[in-house]
Amino acid sequence: MYWEKEIETMDRTALERMQVERLTQTLERASRSPYYAERLKAAGADALSVRTVADVAKLPLTTKDDLREHSPYGFLAVERDELIRMHSSSGTTGRATVIFHTAGDIAAWTNIVARSMYMTGMRRSDVFQNMMTYGLFTGGLGFHYGAEKIGALVIPAGAGNSKRQIQLMRDFATTVIHIIPSYVLHLSTVFEELGVDPRRDTQVKIAFIGAEPHSEKMRQKIEAFYGFKAFNSYGLSEMNGPGVAFECPEQNGMHLWEDNYILEIVDPDTLKPLPDGEEGEMVLTTLLREGMPIVRYRTKDLTRVIPGPCPCGRTHRRIDRIKGRTDDMLILKGVNIFPIQIEKKLMDIPGVGQNFLIVLDREGYNDHMTVKVEVNREFFLGDLKQLEGLRRRIVEDLKSAILITPKVDLVEPGSLPKGEGKAVRVVDNRKD
Amino acid sequence: MIAQQISIFAENKPGRLAAVTRILAAEKINIRATNITTADTFGVINFIVDDPRRAAKALTQAGMTVQLRDVLAVLLEDKPGGLDRLTQLLAREAVNINNAYGFVLEGSKKAVFVVDVDQMDKTDELLRKHGIQTLDTEALSAIEPFHYLNY
Ligand SMILES: [Zn+2]
Repeated sequence: MYWEKEIETMDRTALERMQVERLTQTLERASRSPYYAERLKAAGADALSVRTVADVAKLPLTTKDDLREHSPYGFLAVERDELIRMHSSSGTTGRATVIFHTAGDIAAWTNIVARSMYMTGMRRSDVFQNMMTYGLFTGGLGFHYGAEKIGALVIPAGAGNSKRQIQLMRDFATTVIHIIPSYVLHLSTVFEELGVDPRRDTQVKIAFIGAEPHSEKMRQKIEAFYGFKAFNSYGLSEMNGPGVAFECPEQNGMHLWEDNYILEIVDPDTLKPLPDGEEGEMVLTTLLREGMPIVRYRTKDLTRVIPGPCPCGRTHRRIDRIKGRTDDMLILKGVNIFPIQIEKKLMDIPGVGQNFLIVLDREGYNDHMTVKVEVNREFFLGDLKQLEGLRRRIVEDLKSAILITPKVDLVEPGSLPKGEGKAVRVVDNRKD
Repeated sequence: MIAQQISIFAENKPGRLAAVTRILAAEKINIRATNITTADTFGVINFIVDDPRRAAKALTQAGMTVQLRDVLAVLLEDKPGGLDRLTQLLAREAVNINNAYGFVLEGSKKAVFVVDVDQMDKTDELLRKHGIQTLDTEALSAIEPFHYLNY
């Protein structure tokens, strides 16, 4: 039942000793990168400054903006010849954040993905259908490698093409799938249309659902329809991608692999560490990264550590479902979107007025974005054709920026709610 | 002659037209004709009124998005073929009609057809050449007692 019993069930004292040792090595490696050479020196920190895991709090934090500003090579701690792969976060806010991996990085990442999958019951006899986007997005290749490491038969199906997905599942007796939550819900309608009952007509017993926040209720709905066990997965490209934390068969929190990362929960305002059980922003430090070690990365994800040991016997602490974000990032159809991207585009379009509002709705199993845009008073010439042209242009421009086609409504100037100080930009009506 | 239509940008939802007419009523603006064009969630409300400038001012002060827009108010015989004569002429000259609406003048044999076209000056000239009468804002304002048409 364990992929690596010794590591997964290691007693906390030994695990923390391992973390300190690996953190020391990480700081040594990190200081070879142009960014950390300067940053650590400025903070008066070096490999000798950590004696206990708690000492990590003395180290400087790293933000997404830091990564972006020093992209692409500022965080690189090895020669470029050592790199074998790059990934980039989904969505595009200005310059993308790029993560480079050495062969050792890919091996370590693959190992924790395999460990995660194995933990849920997946074995070499399984047929794994990976219904995720391959490419720069880490969800596709991350799981693919993990499944191959276990020795399962991998069907690299990619995302979309629902009928073919169902055909593949039936033809090759798929037993494990990896899919985003909104897509698995959408797929259930296709099953119904085709008159195929996933409980009777497919062999799927395990599903990994990640890349998109979802509620416990949504998981139960998915499990009830398909008759499989759905396991929550947490990851982010800055920390490799999937496999950072994963649910065990208890399905009560995700074990965060503490031999690979140092986990901290901090108060998002004061940035002071919070005790287990209290909700705050998750901060992660890589422990095995060679190409791009990242120290104290602010994930912007809000969660808490679930206190107490897990009945499964693993000693690595569990994090709760992600409660939200400290920034305003939206996740729609698995794509990360920042309202600022929409704002930037809109403000470049003549005819757009002062204010706009992003409304997210869930209709059946589909999520939609509507952008309500106030029209500039001076722009209006009394011409409907001109307004239609404006709306079309907004749709096209936003699509190029956020990779999703929003619905655009033009509204009267002054009609949208104005927030105190900062305008209210997002209304999320998506519930379960 | 060019006339002025008052155009208001409005979301396509209950009460928007009522909000506009309430203001016009309070200002004692007389509405000659109205027309609404919509594209899904929004549209444009058009009016021919007796005092477009005063109407525009009142509506703008109420926070509405308003534009005075040039149109041609074409005087037509209220009989079969009256409108056809105009539209055939515009078609021949490749003038595109963006919007059009008409109203019959009570107690007369005349109708006014308001057209919003893409080549305003050319069309104005064209109509004059063909002896088709158009009314300007002043004339539209004065038609209420209908004596204008009795000339
Ligand atoms: Zn467990």
